[in-house]
Amino acid sequence: MELKALTLQANTIRQDIIRMLTEAGSGHPGGSLGMADIFTVLYFDFLSINPPKPDAIDRDYLVLSNGHICPVLYATLAHRGFFPVKKLVTLRKLGSPLQGHPHREALPGLESSSGPLGSGLSQACGMAKGLLIDGRKNRVVCLTSDGEHQEGNTWEAVLFAAKYRLSNLIEIIDRNNIQIDGRTEEVMPLGSIRDKYHAFGWHTIEIDGNDINDIKKALAEADAVADKPSVIVAHVVPGKGVSFMENQYQWHGKAPSKEEAAQALLELAKAREGFS
Amino acid sequence: MKLNPDLFTDKVKKEATRIGFGLGLVAAARADKNVVALTADLAASTALGDFIKEFPERFIQVGVAEQNLAAVASGLAHVGKIPFATSFSMFNPGRNWEQIRTTIGYNNQPVKIVGTHSGLGVGEDGATHQALEDIAITRVIPGMVVLSPCDAIQAKQATIAAAKTASPTYLRLNRQRVPTIFSEDTSFEIGKAQLVRDGKDVTIIAAGPMLYPALVAAEELGKEGISAAVINMHTIKPLDSRAIVTAARKTGRIVTVEDHQIHGGLGSAVAEVVVQECPVPMNILGMPDKYGESGHVEQLFVKFGLTEKEIAQMCRVLLR
Ligand SMILES: Cc1ncc(C[n+]2csc(CCOP(=O)(O)OP(=O)(O)O)c2C)c(N)n1
Ligand SMILES: [Mg+2]
Repeated sequence: MELKALTLQANTIRQDIIRMLTEAGSGHPGGSLGMADIFTVLYFDFLSINPPKPDAIDRDYLVLSNGHICPVLYATLAHRGFFPVKKLVTLRKLGSPLQGHPHREALPGLESSSGPLGSGLSQACGMAKGLLIDGRKNRVVCLTSDGEHQEGNTWEAVLFAAKYRLSNLIEIIDRNNIQIDGRTEEVMPLGSIRDKYHAFGWHTIEIDGNDINDIKKALAEADAVADKPSVIVAHVVPGKGVSFMENQYQWHGKAPSKEEAAQALLELAKAREGFS
Repeated sequence: MKLNPDLFTDKVKKEATRIGFGLGLVAAARADKNVVALTADLAASTALGDFIKEFPERFIQVGVAEQNLAAVASGLAHVGKIPFATSFSMFNPGRNWEQIRTTIGYNNQPVKIVGTHSGLGVGEDGATHQALEDIAITRVIPGMVVLSPCDAIQAKQATIAAAKTASPTYLRLNRQRVPTIFSEDTSFEIGKAQLVRDGKDVTIIAAGPMLYPALVAAEELGKEGISAAVINMHTIKPLDSRAIVTAARKTGRIVTVEDHQIHGGLGSAVAEVVVQECPVPMNILGMPDKYGESGHVEQLFVKFGLTEKEIAQMCRVLLR
């Protein structure tokens, strides 16, 4: 897909995220909005998937470890054709397939239930290892957050992926510098995540996670690495596209009011005019 | 027992037990300089705001790292601190269970594990965050005290009481607001069940957020001429087996109700006493071996059959 089309698609997804969270009255806008560009590139440009056949044996696997940003995953899946877009506003409601945190058995296109942080990368490692054992060509993309890098489990998986040279594994880290209690470097400093992965034996790439060209290039580079796992440390602006949410950790996990939503949608619509 | 006079009216004050914990923690910290509090990136949700303001140097932020949370708390206890380690129940004692068992339980350290978000009351966050197994996994740990206060006032009392004991303790709390049943004058003692309402036909034993619907059910049954006793089993371990035996002998039937799986929780604990000491017919009401899901709190309790209606029905069935 071309840059302009991807940019417009990401904008549509951001607008839907605002509508979904407002209707739900709770949820996580910061991470969801920040990651819209990456999800757009993954689902509309990179992953080999077929929405009518979500279980196709040759599909690429996408594991969302930081499950709380599922609004961006749901909105992307809907626009990619996995289910009707009009279902998006049922987020977090009783009986909806769009659970507050992803439930694998509730919705086609989900590879794993998640929400409890720090265990997605291990599951992705298991998938990647299993595929390598069978000599299959599917790729595994795992999305994680910076906050989850405070969990020991994440680093256990980092060791594992290096040991087994999981070249079919690409991890993308939402390096947005926020978590619930504040800025990550104040809550529990992570320092240079890239340096750490490098020391652990991974191929490392660092990008602007809101730059679609950067994202595309990084994925192509990671895909070409044949002897080790790759990580893309994506510097992302949390709340991207909504001025009053950008870089504010307070927007990690609260829904906008009706008025705030109207303002957010106005800003996103304006930005859209700029691209067209 | 004396209950809040507004209890069965619309005027009843509602407050979350985690808020009571926050108040109790400050009181305990004022009384004992060794009280410290830890959290894993959930300071506000676990109601630590007041504590942090008053005792910033006694607050420890470990980041999103619940296994570290538990084991660091164990170390703090070993050098004389009384640590209150907080997170959501799913992660504390869920994620970090083995660290709790070995470094806190087996080491016999007086760490207070505080799970502020337990049960279905977590609501919209859904099944991944609804800890419905936490009573089971904590009460099997030798020596572990397990507390499930019914309202914010009792949560405050339980916090203050827990700080004074040397026992490893799990404090099971809730996110959602629940009616205030008792007052500051109501006595509270770890291990001593409260006969909240006397009766002679059946005894309902409840804990935590289920005490209120149990009392409403007893009121309803009273109108039908069924006399139901209600026990608040705020301490699930050590269990007040005397109170259970007395109730079994007097009413001959027991219904338990909990915001937890039917396997391994309050009902199982009560049944262990009943079958060994005073066999009488029992019904165990709780989550029937299922996961929860997203939804409004009230909707979820209705959907999974955890309301005064089902409690009353369970009693009627036993009386047939
Ligand atoms: C194991 C576990 N512990 C705690 C939580 C509660 N929690 C949800 S999101 C979050 C913050 C994590 O930081 P990050 O993923 O970087 O958040 P974001 O950038 O989206 O704001 C926490 C502590 C959780 N979901 N799982
Ligand atoms: Mg973050």
